[in-house]
Amino acid sequence: MRALDAAIATVLLAGSCGGALADEDVRLKEGVGRDVVQGNCSVCHSADYIQMNSPFMKRAAWEASVNKMIKVMGAPIRPEDVPIIVEYLTKNYGVE
Amino acid sequence: MHGRRAFVRSVGAGLALAGGAWMAPRLCRAAGLPQGAVDAAVLEALAGKRALIKRSYRPPNYETPVEAFDSILTANDRFFVRWHLARISPVDANQWRLAVGGDAIERPLQLTLDQLKRQFEPAELVAVCQCAGNRRGLSDPHVPGVQWGHGAMGNARWKGARLKDVLAKAGPKGSALEVAFDGADEPVLERTPDFIKSIPLWKAQDENTLIAYEMNGEPLPHWNGFPARIVVPGWTATYWVKQVISIDVLSAPQGGFWMTTAYRIPKRKFPLIDRFISQETAETTPITEMVVNSLITNLADGQRFPKGSAIVIRGIAWDGGYGIHSVEVSTDDGRSWQTAELASDPGRYSFVPWQHAFVPPGAGNYAVLAKATNRQGATQTFELIFNPAGYHNNVVQRIQIQAV
Repeated sequence: MRALDAAIATVLLAGSCGGALADEDVRLKEGVGRDVVQGNCSVCHSADYIQMNSPFMKRAAWEASVNKMIKVMGAPIRPEDVPIIVEYLTKNYGVE
Repeated sequence: MHGRRAFVRSVGAGLALAGGAWMAPRLCRAAGLPQGAVDAAVLEALAGKRALIKRSYRPPNYETPVEAFDSILTANDRFFVRWHLARISPVDANQWRLAVGGDAIERPLQLTLDQLKRQFEPAELVAVCQCAGNRRGLSDPHVPGVQWGHGAMGNARWKGARLKDVLAKAGPKGSALEVAFDGADEPVLERTPDFIKSIPLWKAQDENTLIAYEMNGEPLPHWNGFPARIVVPGWTATYWVKQVISIDVLSAPQGGFWMTTAYRIPKRKFPLIDRFISQETAETTPITEMVVNSLITNLADGQRFPKGSAIVIRGIAWDGGYGIHSVEVSTDDGRSWQTAELASDPGRYSFVPWQHAFVPPGAGNYAVLAKATNRQGATQTFELIFNPAGYHNNVVQRIQIQAV
């Protein structure tokens, strides 16, 4: 892997694209369960996956997504954390 | 991943002016994407790449800005990046080995990169590599997954060994059914399914299917599969396995999540010809060839032009390898259509550039549409053919411009 190239000088982004962070650790919205979500989901993927998939998923869709991560992708999420994660995602990144 | 990226920060609320017309990058105007995807998008450069539209950092998923498709070949440093698994170590070309085996092969073998280049006659072709989920973000209703806009695709000149030549050397048995590919990328967790993809033997033995070690005359970028990737012209990029390290000829269908659950479409819903019969179920089939599609590459929604002077509308068209027959353009929201001028035939797997001159007769809004038809007579759809994973979106694009 080559070292990082020089930063791109020309910037053309508009303010409507705001909310971006320079860091990979995309800041999830404050809320109950945020740390549980960050701690579990960030093992395998950056948190922008969550933001990117919002806000159009209902509770059942987030629940299905979390269950897919456990059953298919092998995420070691404790059973008692599942409702906390689903609640946080539905409330902060979902539609009721 | 930290430290490998140059970051292009968003600045201010002003729009940059280029060439007299406002030309903000299209990600900011990507009408139809979920708001969260718009908010999460930034322009950012991975090592060795120019700025792409970041969809996710880890695994890295970055799409090409539409402006880059205004030329027929997509530059290596602007080519989109798509990974499923997060552990993507750079491969040392000297250490790299390609293992050819499987239960339906007579003589398993192993190749170095040098052997792959020297022992097999090199073949070259231009082909579109398009993510199956390109434009997923525009699905209505939205569906979960990477929320791609228009840029999860690229067109490159690929050079490599023909897969059929490599298979011939190893000797497929009469029982051979599928050929499976695994790359060097790995999941974070051991229990996460490895990304292994198979294609039918007949497609593996097509003379256009390659083990590519060059892209546009250069070694493949790390992010696009250095030192070698599978190239399956006409078929969606899910089969174009990057950093390929093993090729297995199998007498039974390849299993695993990425074959049996992911990258499937409902049967009989799309006008496709190529089938993957050994993997079909009663309800679904693995995705195969790309549907016919087109993209307007030099207009932006809301762009202003002077009335009475000619605008050259440019774009590209492509399909699953049957070849583009024609592209029609409408400048009155689909009420009438004119045939666009196609570039001389760049090959049936390539983007086909087209253009159409239009003089806005008076001030006002003009809705510009483009619609490609392939040599099989298949064309684009005006209404989304909905499917739960958001594949095969070839809805006719509509860009509204203004004459003043």
